[in-house]
Amino acid sequence: MIAIVDYGAGNLNSVKKAFDYLGAEVVVTTQPETVAEADKIVLPGVGHFSALSGLDNSGLRDAVLQGVRAGKPFFGICLGMQWLFEGSDEAPELAGAGLFAGRCRQFPSSVKSPHVGWNSLAVREGSRLLRNIAPDSFVYYTHSFQAPVVAATTAATEYGAQFSAAVERDNIFGVQFHPEKSWTVGLIILKNFCEVNFREV
Amino acid sequence: MLTKRIIACLDVDDGRVVKGVQFVNLRDAGDPVECAAAHARDGADEIVLLDITATSDKRRTILDVVSRTARCLFIPFTVGGGIRELSDAAAVFEAGADKIAINSAAVKDPTLIGRIAARFGSQAVVVAIDARRVNRGFEVFIAGGRIPTGRDALQWAREATACGAGEILLTSMDRDGTQAGFDCELVQMVADAISIPVIASGGAGAAQHFIDVFRSGRADAALAASIFHFGIENIGQLKRELHAANVPVRWPC
Repeated sequence: MIAIVDYGAGNLNSVKKAFDYLGAEVVVTTQPETVAEADKIVLPGVGHFSALSGLDNSGLRDAVLQGVRAGKPFFGICLGMQWLFEGSDEAPELAGAGLFAGRCRQFPSSVKSPHVGWNSLAVREGSRLLRNIAPDSFVYYTHSFQAPVVAATTAATEYGAQFSAAVERDNIFGVQFHPEKSWTVGLIILKNFCEVNFREV
Repeated sequence: MLTKRIIACLDVDDGRVVKGVQFVNLRDAGDPVECAAAHARDGADEIVLLDITATSDKRRTILDVVSRTARCLFIPFTVGGGIRELSDAAAVFEAGADKIAINSAAVKDPTLIGRIAARFGSQAVVVAIDARRVNRGFEVFIAGGRIPTGRDALQWAREATACGAGEILLTSMDRDGTQAGFDCELVQMVADAISIPVIASGGAGAAQHFIDVFRSGRADAALAASIFHFGIENIGQLKRELHAANVPVRWPC
């Protein structure tokens, strides 16, 4: 069972609907116990980085981190990916999970913000999450802050400068874009996550 | 590279897709669920569904249409028409919309923009502005283009942005349904003045109109309804022409 963690950051219907379409067994939950029982964890979320305080105040943060440490496949989408980093200039007082080095920052002033629409991926070879995704595939974005390119970056996107479109290390996966809104490219990515195996770390 | 979006709009009345010329003379164009799926397959980057004659007794119909349309639609899906309160927006999101579009209600009470954005995020709030040319600039109309407000479109776009809107859907009432081309002057004026994306609407009739509104209008996205439904130009063909003219588009999809 895949648990979609509901910590109060917007509308999670689209993410659930896409997993339903793929035939995955998926529940949307606000309960740490359900996260603890799940085989896989999805952390979605849109909006302001401060919305992630909903994780801290509910016991969900510990449940998610325990699952990650136990080797459960984890998938952060949009804010859920930004959370994997140390923090964000959008809400400096709030700590991210710190699983990847670096902070999320605003776009350079040379481009309009937010970054909204379909942009292309420069995919690095060997990603399990991005298996069967053609180079330069388009995905749908809507965000005002972006994560830096790091060693774990498996795809980058150019908007003013390069930022992390996707990150991956062991059982931890994250994408800045919205796979549930990225047509067949997004559905392939969600399916790849469904097929990732539990991995002891 | 960030691409220019082509958005297919379904104007829906009582569960059917319709399209008029300058907001009247409606013609039937089919089932919204089928139309949305067909546009997505053709390469539409987003779908907008506008409930154009929203009345309270028809709300249930539209929520059912939204739910059935959303079920298998894996591109962004915006719903507008008849959203007056936060609770109306919540019902539409619950039915499966990714964004809502508000028009008259936002003009009457701009705090509605911020209240919806606070709960669902700015990215989910599209403020639709219907504008008509007047002596000095462009005037905002509400109630499906029936009521003039005396407000300036540019100022309203700025205010809506400050209130927390995520995008502006800017319709030229003068061009709506005419297929005479977008009002590039209107679009450029607004696009240059605000930081959030501007979706140009009203007047699409040929590929060159899209090229013009992306180049000289500096639109981030362009929306059209009638030309796509009646097969005058399908989205795949339009995108091939834009691609050939070096306008960045999601093609092949």
